[in-house]
Amino acid sequence: MIDTIRSLGRWGLSVFERLGRGHLFLFDTLRGVPELFLRFSLVTQQLFSVGVLSVFLILISGLFVGMVLGLQGYNTLVDFGAEESLGVMVSLSLVRELGPVVCALLFAGRAGSALTAEIGLMKSTEQLSGMEMMAVDPMRRVIAPRFLAGFISMPLLAALFSAVGIFGGFLVGHGLLGVDDGAFWSQMQVKTDWYDDVLNGVIKSVVFGFVVTWIALFEGYDATPTSEGVGRATTRTVVHSAFAILGLDFMLTALMFGEE
Amino acid sequence: MQNKSTEITVGMFVAAGIAAIFVLALKVSNLAEFNDEVGYKVIAEFENIGGLKVRSAVTMAGVRIGRVESINLNAETYNADVTINLYGKYDTIPIDSAASIYTAGLLGEQYIGLEAGAEDEFLQDGDVIDLTQPALVLEQIIGKFLFSKAEGDD
Repeated sequence: MIDTIRSLGRWGLSVFERLGRGHLFLFDTLRGVPELFLRFSLVTQQLFSVGVLSVFLILISGLFVGMVLGLQGYNTLVDFGAEESLGVMVSLSLVRELGPVVCALLFAGRAGSALTAEIGLMKSTEQLSGMEMMAVDPMRRVIAPRFLAGFISMPLLAALFSAVGIFGGFLVGHGLLGVDDGAFWSQMQVKTDWYDDVLNGVIKSVVFGFVVTWIALFEGYDATPTSEGVGRATTRTVVHSAFAILGLDFMLTALMFGEE
Repeated sequence: MQNKSTEITVGMFVAAGIAAIFVLALKVSNLAEFNDEVGYKVIAEFENIGGLKVRSAVTMAGVRIGRVESINLNAETYNADVTINLYGKYDTIPIDSAASIYTAGLLGEQYIGLEAGAEDEFLQDGDVIDLTQPALVLEQIIGKFLFSKAEGDD
């Protein structure tokens, strides 16, 4: 009995300890960010591996998500004789929700796990300690550029995802199902608001980018320096990112769209 | 020159992302309409606004000439004060024009339709539209219909 309580207590303490370390890690990372603008080539390198290499995945997924939305939305809307509203449905669901959320989940799987594995391996092969020996701060040289790259890439990827998704919805809606293209675009423009819908979606993706990159880098930096530890850290990145994205999405949605 | 090609692809990526945001802004949402919104405000007092919302359309002969700016309850008359923002280029709307609340389609959005009056004076900033017709509330109409039906059966 006492043992159960004790292990519960140990678990709670370790959770808080990790949370604390995570925040200290974040402060250290953010402190390294401003001077990156003097050496932006470091960030460019990371933008390539975090952002550019994810573009293909994002474009394909966005296209298919949009096409599925078009098909499913049409089947529902046609019952009400409102198939002209297909554009509104596709654009609002992509711009408000699916764009940021699905893109962030894919981003965590594609780029986040890669970041964790990279940093974790750097740690287990003692490259990070090697840097410290040479008086190079790994927080500034390794972590901060990756953080900034993830933070910049995520909103851009989410915007690409939404734009391609809407195009996919249009392809299916107009090409396959014969929804009038004029009604598709004009109703979409009337009902989609720049501030309330598009900008809030961008804000969501910025928040997700921040959180996913933070989790990925911290899990890598905090990994047990063994092959098993790195593997577990990579898994944790994807799991924790998914929880964080979906939980934050609920809170942000409640804040942005809740009061109507 | 691996570094150079990296920089080029990153540049293309960033440009594509920003272009996507622009597409969302101009093609998907209504940002392009904000330009012509400098105009003048008039107030119309309605008995009942139904489902009218801020930013609903204001039309004349089916052409959109403005948007609803704000909706407030008038504390004295218990009617709804609707502030309408009319686009500046439509500055020759007669002062005795009538405002009614219509519904686009059977289940569509509600909007304000203006019908031109005959006066030579035009609406100015801050003027009040006197002739208004409230929104048709479906429940009230059905209620009245049922009531008259019941009376007729006697």
